[in-house]
Amino acid sequence: MKLRWLAGYGPAFVLGVTLLAFWELYVRAGQISSQVLPSPTAIIQALIEHWDVISIHTMQTLLETVLGMAVAIEITSSGLTARRDHREISSVIASIRPKTMAVAIVFGLILAITLEISRWSRRAVYPLLVISQTIPIIALAPLLLIWFGIDLGPKVFVVALYCFFPIAVACADGLADAEPELINLLKSMHASRWQILWLVRLPGAMPSFFSGLRIAATYGVTGAIFGEYVGAYQGLGIYMQLSVNSHAIVLVFAAILVTAVLSLLLFGLVSLIERIALPWYHGTVIERKLS
Amino acid sequence: MEPAKLLVQGVSKVFRDGRKPLDTLAAIDLFVNAGEFVTVIGPSGCGKSTLFNIVAGVDQPTSGIVAIDGDAQGERAGKSGYMPQQPLLLPWRTVEENIMLGLDVRRLPRRKAEREAYELLKRFGLADFAHHYPATLSGGMRQRVALLRTVLFNSSFLLLDEPFGALDALTRLSLQMWLLDLWQTFHSSVLFITHDVREAILLSDRIYVLSARPARVLRVIEVDLPRPRRSEQLALEQAVRLEQELTTLLLKEQQS
Repeated sequence: MKLRWLAGYGPAFVLGVTLLAFWELYVRAGQISSQVLPSPTAIIQALIEHWDVISIHTMQTLLETVLGMAVAIEITSSGLTARRDHREISSVIASIRPKTMAVAIVFGLILAITLEISRWSRRAVYPLLVISQTIPIIALAPLLLIWFGIDLGPKVFVVALYCFFPIAVACADGLADAEPELINLLKSMHASRWQILWLVRLPGAMPSFFSGLRIAATYGVTGAIFGEYVGAYQGLGIYMQLSVNSHAIVLVFAAILVTAVLSLLLFGLVSLIERIALPWYHGTVIERKLS
Repeated sequence: MEPAKLLVQGVSKVFRDGRKPLDTLAAIDLFVNAGEFVTVIGPSGCGKSTLFNIVAGVDQPTSGIVAIDGDAQGERAGKSGYMPQQPLLLPWRTVEENIMLGLDVRRLPRRKAEREAYELLKRFGLADFAHHYPATLSGGMRQRVALLRTVLFNSSFLLLDEPFGALDALTRLSLQMWLLDLWQTFHSSVLFITHDVREAILLSDRIYVLSARPARVLRVIEVDLPRPRRSEQLALEQAVRLEQELTTLLLKEQQS
């Protein structure tokens, strides 16, 4: 079972190694200056040599990413269920960074109330969600710097903005996807709207939520690096920028490598949590494949 | 005298979908006495499910009276065990947890609900599957689970909407016998929908034949075959005559 799973990645592995080998040979053959395009082995070497510095920047970026994703999840969940304990969770996060959290919580609560009130308001809010995704982050990031300063807050905000959309849309679709006959069944049992949400809609939306979260995990790190790029004390984004400015291209590549690994790890972590949290879901998927 | 379990009087339903009103039910009269097994049969798409939604309290009639236990005013939701055509089991709940769904809605303590669910599973031969997820069950098994969920929520009055429609003939027959066992154990009153004539004769005390849309009651037939019923009884002369009569009636309705 495990072996077959690994074998599935075989072709990608072969292709990747081949491309890297070409790259290595191209640089070693002197076709291009190793100052402009360092070889893969040189990148690995530089990464190991500078790991003490890079690791500090990595931790910073990771922190921003995880906090940003947490905020995005928080906004979504409070937006869709409007429960008091979500506000408690958010207040814990808020103690870390008051200003951003205040924005996120206020935003989340407004969303919560509007989405809960009626279908009409849902129709009104949904397009605004889409529009929020058309904001070019590259233009917004410097403004956030001016508004909220150079430290953690604006980065978390950028990550949240990036991650919020895939999570929120996936959740909203998942909640709306509940079978009407199932809702009727619950109504025939005289279940309240709240019970229908809690017993049927929310658990049914969990697979969609995790799909959204997986997409968010791959976006998140990039978002944090965007935020850092325009100004930060620490982080892979500012590290890349400084490396470019000092023509240490090999270190830019090292940072890119770390970024990719970080994204993949987050992606894997989300998938792992999903497998543990939704054992039933993986059962059904396997059965569908067989039949 | 005890009031009828269910009394439906002059119930009609008009859907306003878009500009043209759609007449679905035209003044339906029927009743189910306590402990009776009553079947509604009719051509496909005649509005049987609409009638069920109204009785289950999910939908409201345009006009007419629906009384459960003689109460025509009160809320109907929660007063019947309603089983729709698909089993609609929740994939994230095990068999036992699925059966407990109605008890969760009633906010019964978890422990008590678990005990009741397990007792029922044991009595009706599904205890081995208590901790399986529905995805691992066959179609017939899922239908049994859905039926037990319905019974655990409300065993006194069951509304079964073509529960065996999607099953193969053999599974269907074994589930029909299983249902009769269930019905006799709980002394339930049953309102049953089908478009299978033999199924209606095998199971029912009384059969209401509905017309094509807008549905009205074409004929009421009492089935006086002895109980307990067995599938061999379908070969009795009176059963065969009934089957022919019903088939002719429905065929004429389907064409018109």
